[in-house]
Amino acid sequence: MKIAVCIKRVPDSETRVKIASDGKSLDEAGVKFILNPYDEFAVEEGLRLKEKAGTGEVVVIALGPAAAQETIRTALAMGADRGVLLQTQGLHPDGLETAKALAAELKGAGFDVILLGKMAIDDYNHQVGPMVAELLDLPCVTTVTHLEIVGGKGTAEREIEGGVEVVAFPLPAVLTTDKGLNEPRYPALKGIMAAKKKPLEVKPTAPGPGALEILSLTLPPERQAGKIVGEGPAAVAELVRLLREEAKVL
Amino acid sequence: MSNVLAVLEQRDGAIRKVSYEVVTGARRLADALGGGAGVDALILATGPVQGADQLGRFGADRVVTLTNVAFGRYAPEGYARAIADGVNAGGYGVVVFAASATGKDLAPRVAARLGRPLVQDITDVTAAAGAVIATRPVYAGKALLRVRVAGSPVMLSLRPNVFTPVQRPKAGAQESASVDGSAGRVIVTQIKAAPAGTLDVAEAPIVVSGGRGLKDPANFKVLEALAAAFAGRAAVGASRAVVDAGWRPHADQVGQTGKTVSPTLYVAVGISGAIQHLAGMRTSKVIVAINKDKDAPIFKVADYGIVGDLFEVVPRLTEEIRKLHG
Repeated sequence: MKIAVCIKRVPDSETRVKIASDGKSLDEAGVKFILNPYDEFAVEEGLRLKEKAGTGEVVVIALGPAAAQETIRTALAMGADRGVLLQTQGLHPDGLETAKALAAELKGAGFDVILLGKMAIDDYNHQVGPMVAELLDLPCVTTVTHLEIVGGKGTAEREIEGGVEVVAFPLPAVLTTDKGLNEPRYPALKGIMAAKKKPLEVKPTAPGPGALEILSLTLPPERQAGKIVGEGPAAVAELVRLLREEAKVL
Repeated sequence: MSNVLAVLEQRDGAIRKVSYEVVTGARRLADALGGGAGVDALILATGPVQGADQLGRFGADRVVTLTNVAFGRYAPEGYARAIADGVNAGGYGVVVFAASATGKDLAPRVAARLGRPLVQDITDVTAAAGAVIATRPVYAGKALLRVRVAGSPVMLSLRPNVFTPVQRPKAGAQESASVDGSAGRVIVTQIKAAPAGTLDVAEAPIVVSGGRGLKDPANFKVLEALAAAFAGRAAVGASRAVVDAGWRPHADQVGQTGKTVSPTLYVAVGISGAIQHLAGMRTSKVIVAINKDKDAPIFKVADYGIVGDLFEVVPRLTEEIRKLHG
């Protein structure tokens, strides 16, 4: 089984966001970057599909700066076979341009399954996977929390409000992964050593400018520090009064 | 000015609540764009949909139901094709979806078919000199990104619970047309419904969340009782720590690698307030924190706090809320 996993280098979820002097981007000074957590589920699922099939290849593809090579190495250390970096100068806010660049790389390469995280925890675009699928005219299931593939056909589960959708689809297909699908493995020392020798191809890429213009990136308004109503159960009556009369939410 | 299309959702033949928010957001944007822009509401279903006649109240000039035997449940490819065709035929300037589970799946497909960018999960939208300017939380709400969209149609999805439905009576003229085509290659074969009355944390007007302070998964019954006291308006959420520990389902997680929620009332119980959790709930209208540690960071974002043992405070709160809904 030939599997592609599209991954992204993102700031760690514990990052304290500081705005750069241009007022439009993140100040990256001192920021630790990681493999997007939702993409970890995609890498893990790709490895499991290959292991189950007993044969095949897992190719990780990242669109991003030169430093994303490190992110690709993380996925290679988990067990992926080779990596491709579509190297860009900075990333665009327009997810469609990202999808076009990935689709151009994926097209005609004969992948049975293309996996992506359901979204990146930096730009929260939540759209690149299904866009890639549309551009390649492939079936797609998003936010997958359970997956079974047997003989060219798949069944996936995805959470919807108040329930779970069970979805059937044929291969080849594009799938985006959600938390709950699997527990990603930690790269073992042996894997980390092996990853250094795995092929990693770097291709300069220039996504189109897109049609979204960033006007500003700002910190959200600080919430006013609230008040401690009191201590222990004795404070509950006053809390309820405040919620009714002051906040008017009850 | 070309019109705004509001793409709505139905389940089991009834309009979903979030769809009233979509019509409200579409109306607001149409008015901001000016020039008499109208709002058309689009529903995909197998036949007449309950609640469609209410959409005029929230500002829909026209309500179009596209029927197809394959449109009972969400059919990703069939829906995307029908909507993209409808957008092309109608020459809409803006298309608005809900950033719901379905909308977040559907909107990118339609946008890609139309070759247009998508501004997903927005919390605010305005117009300036005829251009749409949308605001969306990024880094899980730790920052707000404002973007201007060039060209047309402008594709947007609205974060649930943000665009509170507002009465804005318009004609709401009902139309219906059957459309050809299959569901597509991706088929929803079954919906495993959560127990009746269960609300999703992303859509509930009230969220009661628990963290490590609950000490044991069985103790979440204390929060479930509190949620139940709100008479069907509250959902139970959870911090990453307790989800990772397997105490609660992934679907309930609030925070940067879980759901971002904006309820009217968020009650954080036994949650210290890690930065990734705060990111997921800081846009709640009112935040209440109950924690035994008076220095917990959660109190810095809470509007009201009670310092104390949650096992004493929460049952008392449940009692008081029950009295209100007596």
